[in-house]
Amino acid sequence: MTLLPEYPQARGCPFQPASGYADYAPVSKVRLYNGREVWAVTGHAEARQVLLDPATYSSDRVHPHYPALAPRFESARKVRNFIGMDPPEHTVQRRMLLSSFTVKKTNALRPRIQTLVDGLIDEIEAKGPVADLVPDFALPVPSIVICELLGVPYTDHAFFEHQSRRVVTGSTTLEDSADAFAQLKAYLDDLIQRKRREPGDGLLDTLIAEQVETGALTRAELVDIALLLLVAGHETTASAIALGVVTLLEHPGQLAALRSDPRLLPTAVEELLRYMAIADGIARFATVDADLAGHRVRAGDGIVIVIATANRDGEAFPSPAAFAVDRGARHHVSFGHGVHQCIGQNLARAEMEIALGTLFRRLPGLRLARDLADLPIKEAGGVQGVWELPVTW
Amino acid sequence: MRISADQGRCLGAGQCVLSAPDRFDQSELGLVEVLDPEVPEGDEKRFRDILDLCPSQALSLEA
Repeated sequence: MTLLPEYPQARGCPFQPASGYADYAPVSKVRLYNGREVWAVTGHAEARQVLLDPATYSSDRVHPHYPALAPRFESARKVRNFIGMDPPEHTVQRRMLLSSFTVKKTNALRPRIQTLVDGLIDEIEAKGPVADLVPDFALPVPSIVICELLGVPYTDHAFFEHQSRRVVTGSTTLEDSADAFAQLKAYLDDLIQRKRREPGDGLLDTLIAEQVETGALTRAELVDIALLLLVAGHETTASAIALGVVTLLEHPGQLAALRSDPRLLPTAVEELLRYMAIADGIARFATVDADLAGHRVRAGDGIVIVIATANRDGEAFPSPAAFAVDRGARHHVSFGHGVHQCIGQNLARAEMEIALGTLFRRLPGLRLARDLADLPIKEAGGVQGVWELPVTW
Repeated sequence: MRISADQGRCLGAGQCVLSAPDRFDQSELGLVEVLDPEVPEGDEKRFRDILDLCPSQALSLEA
């Protein structure tokens, strides 16, 4: 008997998919850390097929059939919000948030994001090289923005950034992630209680007034929604900004093309999203027997969508291994697809465009202060990226 | 051909607004609004691609 390949596998280069999956296209069996066998979906069309069919492929993370891709997924079962629900339950919660994440609303935040980005670059210039762009730039941009949007005091950032890292890191243990989730829940519950007495003007305050006080949401449900928005609102974008800097620096021809025509910034960000696939791995389970790329998937089978590999499917993207800032393709699955596609995607785009565009304009001599091979890469099974990003200019 | 939008399916990703801000907007609730449904002859492919990006399959082309 041959052992199945393991999922997840570590990346060798932070912006390249783990090499092991290319041979499994488009659907094949893999083995998880706990020994469970699940279907790995690496084809783009097949990934979309699964993600567009929530009736067949469930997101209900409380259900025992929902696969834990890493130990932290087991503790996440205790956090119940729309990302881990199916329609119609999912739809009710998501619709409570939509008006805060429209293209218009996120574009209205651009001047504030620009001011914030300029201020951080002022500080980096004043301190002089070498700067670590993770704590000095990539993390504070989305962290401050999501705090202001939600109405969470940024003065608490060291606490929630630390706890968030403990829940999104691939190597986090069951105990560690459970403790981090519990601490985040206690913090947000306390914050929401305080806000009920002294309302502010953030999204959490709106949700308290419109949903909790009317009985549409319980306080515990709002805590779990707030946890998702706070963690996903900063950790993924922080990783994308830092790894975006690395990816552009490692493709000097493409960086030069972007510099010579800044109008390419939106397509460059879209290509970075496709190429880097920060949130690499979406879990589902089959609710009924189904056919998937000629395989017979049985009710109860676990599924993992391998985003990075689906984004490099040659059927969907010509010359998929090439990083091309003018590609202009937005059908990657880095934000997922289907009803769960990232609610904050346009905020992430705005933050990446302003952060990366401004950084390369203001520090034209920007370069890595350490070899790419020596940058610490985030572990498999969690948000992808680099832990440190020392640069000079 | 005309673009038809189903607000009952829309989940506010905003892909349509990003693709064609002259054709689509989002309501105060964050749901799709079609500003101009007419698809000129010869433009069907472009609009099929735009509609295909909608993650909640809320948009369709009708004769």
